Amino acid sequence: MKPEMNHKLHFRTAVYQTPFHPRTSALNVLNEWHRWKDYTTADAYFDETLEYAAIRNACAVFDLTPMTKHRITGPDALAFLNRLVTRDVAKIKPGRVGYCVWCDDNGQVIDDGTIFHLRPGDYRLCSQERQLDWLARSARGFDVSIVEDTHDVAALAFQGPTTCAVLKKMGLAGVEKLTPFGIGFFPFAGGELMVSRTGFTGDLGYELWIEPGRALALWDALFAAGADHGIRPMGTHALEVSRIEAGFVQAGVDFLPADAAVRIDRTRSPFELDLGRLVDFTKPVFTGRRALLEEQRRGSRYRLVKLDVEGNKLARSSYIYDRARNVVGTVTSAVWSPAAKTNIALASLKMPWGRPGDELWAEIYYQRELQWAKVMARCRVIEGAFFDPPRRRATPPADF
Amino acid sequence: MTKYDAIVVGAGHNGLANAAYLAKAGLKVVVLEKNPWIGGAAVSREIQDGWIYSNCSYVCSLLRPEIFRDLDLSRHGLQIVPYGGGVTCTSSGDILGNYTDHDVQRREFARHNARDGDAYHRYSTDVMRQCRFIRPLLLRTPPDPTSFRVRDIREMVYLSREFAKLGEQVIYDTIRFYTMSIADFLGEYFESDLVKAHLSGSGIIGTALGVYSPGTAYVLLHHYMGEVDGSSGAWGFARGGMGAVSKALASSFKSFGGEIRTDCDVDQLVVRGGKVRGVALANGDEVHADIVVSNLDPKRTFTKLVNEKDLDPAFVERARNFKIRGSSGKLNIALDGLPTFPALGPDNPLRFGDMHFIDSLERLERAYDDWKNGTWSKDPYLDLLIPSMTDPTMAPPGKHFMSVFVQYVPPKIHGRDWTDADRDAFRDTVVEQIARHSPDFKQLVRHIEVRTPRELENEVGLTEGNIFQGELTMDQLLFNRPFPGYAQYRGPVKGLYMCGSGTHPGGGVMAAPGANAAREILLDLRKPNTVPEGWTDD
Repeated sequence: MKPEMNHKLHFRTAVYQTPFHPRTSALNVLNEWHRWKDYTTADAYFDETLEYAAIRNACAVFDLTPMTKHRITGPDALAFLNRLVTRDVAKIKPGRVGYCVWCDDNGQVIDDGTIFHLRPGDYRLCSQERQLDWLARSARGFDVSIVEDTHDVAALAFQGPTTCAVLKKMGLAGVEKLTPFGIGFFPFAGGELMVSRTGFTGDLGYELWIEPGRALALWDALFAAGADHGIRPMGTHALEVSRIEAGFVQAGVDFLPADAAVRIDRTRSPFELDLGRLVDFTKPVFTGRRALLEEQRRGSRYRLVKLDVEGNKLARSSYIYDRARNVVGTVTSAVWSPAAKTNIALASLKMPWGRPGDELWAEIYYQRELQWAKVMARCRVIEGAFFDPPRRRATPPADF
Repeated sequence: MTKYDAIVVGAGHNGLANAAYLAKAGLKVVVLEKNPWIGGAAVSREIQDGWIYSNCSYVCSLLRPEIFRDLDLSRHGLQIVPYGGGVTCTSSGDILGNYTDHDVQRREFARHNARDGDAYHRYSTDVMRQCRFIRPLLLRTPPDPTSFRVRDIREMVYLSREFAKLGEQVIYDTIRFYTMSIADFLGEYFESDLVKAHLSGSGIIGTALGVYSPGTAYVLLHHYMGEVDGSSGAWGFARGGMGAVSKALASSFKSFGGEIRTDCDVDQLVVRGGKVRGVALANGDEVHADIVVSNLDPKRTFTKLVNEKDLDPAFVERARNFKIRGSSGKLNIALDGLPTFPALGPDNPLRFGDMHFIDSLERLERAYDDWKNGTWSKDPYLDLLIPSMTDPTMAPPGKHFMSVFVQYVPPKIHGRDWTDADRDAFRDTVVEQIARHSPDFKQLVRHIEVRTPRELENEVGLTEGNIFQGELTMDQLLFNRPFPGYAQYRGPVKGLYMCGSGTHPGGGVMAAPGANAAREILLDLRKPNTVPEGWTDD
């Protein structure tokens, strides 16, 4: 924790600035900010459509510092993580990143995040929500050290087709060899810059991790190298569009973290979030295993689906109906996809609805000049991401 | 020899869209293209090593989103990247910026004229009304007002109802709007000559009319009725140049089993017994089909593709009189660096947008006077963009591609053909105007491709180099496009159809004429329709 956050006068600064703030605030000509945990963070900098376009056309930079991060070390680090999450962490080799979810004893998802195997036995766990309490409770009996280091690591998401060209120009020798979910360490400004080929956009992209004292040097080097490659800052609005296009779920939006549920029937299991691929029953023990096995036997209650909604009216928070006009679920995220040129939505449906070919309808309310209108729009269940460019996986990546 | 269900002559974007919808319906379709490349005027070519030029059309807004989605053009590689705003640089070193941020834009207009800053609000509301009226018509076949067929009557009733919905006052406004000059229209909103000059550009682009000529207000609407991802009136770049539009359409067409033959020059339509039988190629071969769809402009179709003896004399007369006047040219420029425009400064976002250098209506009208006098404008209207600032695929890093659209450029110089010397002098006129606003521009120039109406006609096949395949004036719009009685995509010979921008709803890389023509062909064949309906805003 930053020293001033530990001081009793921390209340005087309810919301902190990230180490990149001198640069992000200078670029934020719209002066649009919102709060992300302890920090203020940009909604948009100059024009959210153009910021989004930079993600898909050139490259865009997002200040990721407020994301919750934990350092997990000690002799039992692997054993602990394998107990915590549903997938097999032993398969995440040093220098690799794995996307994972963790559940409560009932097999309900608490959060999703990424495990970075930095160096042998040395892990970083990034999560959407704060997890120290759950991690500490889960660590009983393990010889493991868990430290939340959110404030000790400054981070940028750097996403888009020209990102690799820019990092090469910045002098990161060999960065083009990183495969998706790979981690590389590079000397930078007298310290070390960690680069992972990860992101929340479903496109070619990287995340850059550095100690806060070198944050501004990193920002400046990145923007200098990116000047001829269309570099732009991007805010949360632009990221959100690309996140939905990629089909990624977000805690608190597409599912309710199980430890935050007052109404216990509001939670979802990994299977119910279309994340069954992250559940590895060959592992003898992990939290929620028994409940998830039972769910496998008994059947899930819900299914998360990707929908292609006809027409161009957004199905935000829409009810989804079957052909007999029974409500079978609701939309959790919806956006017009500029990349796929379709009207897309993520929806949580009651089983058994949501099979490919099912006849589904979204009830869409929309406003035009203060007058509300309603339309029933036919929905088609999509398998795979809405937008999935080959450059996302290409190694080495092309220059654009 | 294989017989096709349909032959499309010309692989322009409308020919390809038409072919895609026919193939989607299960027809065996071949597209024949005279050039070694496809795309017509929606084309990207690497003429200078490392630089991609959008050689003709250069920005995208009107491409129908329904078609984009329906033909899955995204999966076939098409991406439209919006650019923000535009600017007019004045001769005194000031600017008028049309910023995308509403309040910044209002302040900028108010800086030049306090009232005009607020008047823009009324102006855009009124223009939006006209956009809303016209948009639903784009993916509909115009009715024939003289026909008593059920379908035409029904369509006339639809049109009348939509018209009536506008309300009495807006109906008056609409009728005036369609016949007004852009200068008069803008005069009802704005006082500043600079503001009027900036906005009037959209009223003359591609049109052989001046800002004071009746009919130019509609041309402005034609440039405003598009969108990028729901942002009305916005324009963008096709990533990889405008050829990306044609490439994606071709890829979609091929995914339905379609065939494209390049280097395949069609000499003439083969008509036997008053029916289309196919086409004869320049090399003497024949390709057979009972349906031939012409992507060529109407004048070229009926004076060159079809033997005039196969047509009625009165019809031939109409085709010959079709108004398709060349009025524009283009410079495609490879630059060794990014030129500076001191009036804009180093951090103005409008550097990414469209730039213009004519700051008064009088200068615009004088530019038109030169065209009437049979020469290119000595002080031309430019629509200048640097797509490589946005699109990293157009030029090597640090290098740039500049696209310069030029108005006015006549199809003939004082009644005679263009010479290479004329072309070079035209180029120098344009370069000098840019250099007046960018001191380092000239030294950065590496290569210039100059397109006068001569090049546009010879290479793309646009008669007189008219970019819309025919003027967008009331006498040639809706059920008058291209000719009264022939606005439903059917030619005067059985089996002959038209699908180019010379048909409703006109040019601007919409792909709507091609799609609409396909719907009519499928109707005649009694095949299920594959063409999507237009979306509504309401």
